[in-house]
Amino acid sequence: MEEQPLFSDLSEAERKALEELMPDEMGEIMSSGIKRRHFLKLFAVTGTSLLAANLLGIEQLMARSIPIEEQPPVLIENGINVSFQVNGSTQKLMVDSRMTLLDTLRERLGLTGSKKGCDHGQCGACTVIVDDKRVLSCLTLAATCEDKKVTTIEGLATGNELHPMQTSFIKHDGFQCGYCTPGQICSAVALMGEAKNGDASYVTANVREKKKAVELSNEEIRERMSGNICRCGAYPNIVSAIREVHGDKAVAQVWQFAEGTI
Amino acid sequence: MRPFKYSNASETAAAINAVVVNPTARFLGGGTNLVDLMKEDVMRPSELVNVTRLKFSAVEKKENGLSIGGTATNAVTANHELVRENYPLLSMAILAGASAQIRNMATNAGNLNQRTRCTYFYDVNMPCNKREPGSGCGALHGVNKNHAILGWSEKCVATYPSDMAVALAALNAVVHVEGSDSTKRSIPFSDFHRLPGDHPEIDNTLKHGEFITSIDLPANRLAEKSYYLKIRERSSYAFALVSVAAALETSGNRIKDVRIALGGVAHKPWRARIAEQWLTGKEATEANFKAAALAELKNAKPLEQNKYKVGMAAKAIVRALEGAMQGGNYGAMEADLTTTN
Repeated sequence: MEEQPLFSDLSEAERKALEELMPDEMGEIMSSGIKRRHFLKLFAVTGTSLLAANLLGIEQLMARSIPIEEQPPVLIENGINVSFQVNGSTQKLMVDSRMTLLDTLRERLGLTGSKKGCDHGQCGACTVIVDDKRVLSCLTLAATCEDKKVTTIEGLATGNELHPMQTSFIKHDGFQCGYCTPGQICSAVALMGEAKNGDASYVTANVREKKKAVELSNEEIRERMSGNICRCGAYPNIVSAIREVHGDKAVAQVWQFAEGTI
Repeated sequence: MRPFKYSNASETAAAINAVVVNPTARFLGGGTNLVDLMKEDVMRPSELVNVTRLKFSAVEKKENGLSIGGTATNAVTANHELVRENYPLLSMAILAGASAQIRNMATNAGNLNQRTRCTYFYDVNMPCNKREPGSGCGALHGVNKNHAILGWSEKCVATYPSDMAVALAALNAVVHVEGSDSTKRSIPFSDFHRLPGDHPEIDNTLKHGEFITSIDLPANRLAEKSYYLKIRERSSYAFALVSVAAALETSGNRIKDVRIALGGVAHKPWRARIAEQWLTGKEATEANFKAAALAELKNAKPLEQNKYKVGMAAKAIVRALEGAMQGGNYGAMEADLTTTN
């Protein structure tokens, strides 16, 4: 099977950086986008994994749908016909009653942005938004999704325009390896709605106060995002990214590429 | 996961009947615990009946209190204005549990039906009388630092994991259920979950096929002085080592009504009735809180690795009562914790 480009649109700065590091491969990169072996080479030539890892993380964060041929699963037991919306388009398929929403998204619909971390509801990497609520797709049976509206990381951007939360995660370097990032971002996007709605959390000072839009402190964000684990420990940057989207003030960017690398 | 039959229930009687006639059928709520246990092969239902579309998701005023729907989610319940205003203890307890994602999925009925997180129960290669009656209890002389200190038996030392249920125990909630042939009954919360005794495989007093339609919260005058304290190994998204739901009604500084329930210490939410009786009619002072806590925990029987829980529970009772006296204000409590710890 032809290797799929990881992403095809590079910014001018990214293109320049790559050109310097991998002049031989540039033609191919420009015509068909970055592929996984380019990353491997990038790791090798830079000697430091920073740039490559960062690009890999960005790929997770901007994950978009890869067209795949619908492959009927080999064996379905107790098949259930289910029809639901995913990122705005209606999907009708027959699923095994055991099939989780996560596996359906990844294996049947080619939406591999949502990640399988623990598969037991303990890490949050599989977080998607169902009917405006963030949920764990690894513990959601696809059969329960009839008529529901599912939004995954692939559905957040509008064309090439990233969702503000995606932009903010890049600006604040809210990831290293990027594996938990789609779940973090979906979780954070839904969190904005919950805060606006005045929902309380365990660290809310007084739950008896009348509901009004919640001002999210760092402590509030940490508590409300505790269902999303990041093994790289990018938490401070994740909190900054969310604060920026939540507040009207820009939060200072805490990192930048070293001079001359970009 | 083993294969199972699945249906979306649209009618209550039919849903109940489907489970009644099949001894290995189960209702499916949010699935946050059941689906996980099925992946682990701990639970092996042959059929799931999804009840989340049945019309039991309302939170509404009743003549003498509030009724919360069995299929309402934990998140909706915790953030309902009537719950926040009148039963802040329940809001706080629910919000102390799990994560935002899980609370969006989990139903109230499912919360009461969740299983212990004892690692021996989860590991199918280990003995566990709850999972496989007669196989023994791996935790009794095994790794038992998270286990019970009250009310356990030689057959089982597991604890009940829910935070919500601890608040419901303190609030004298009543569980309404519907069974076959539309038989309805109500179960006082203290009779809902059970101690393990010789049958740890039975978590609660529901009969097979009985469906939790709603949970009633009687009116009370505890809202102003309520606090849920949860102590855990990380500051969020972890099960309780010890938790305390505390609520008081005072006249001046004299205690008219006091409710104390403990989580993480027993096979069911542990209503601290000895401490409550000790405190009723007395002054709300730290010394009295301490004496009451010690009276309650005099009966504790810790295991090899969880002796710490006895002292922790005693201190947690005192702090939770103090938190309640301060109006359940989380910020104030946190400041207090950092200075007195």
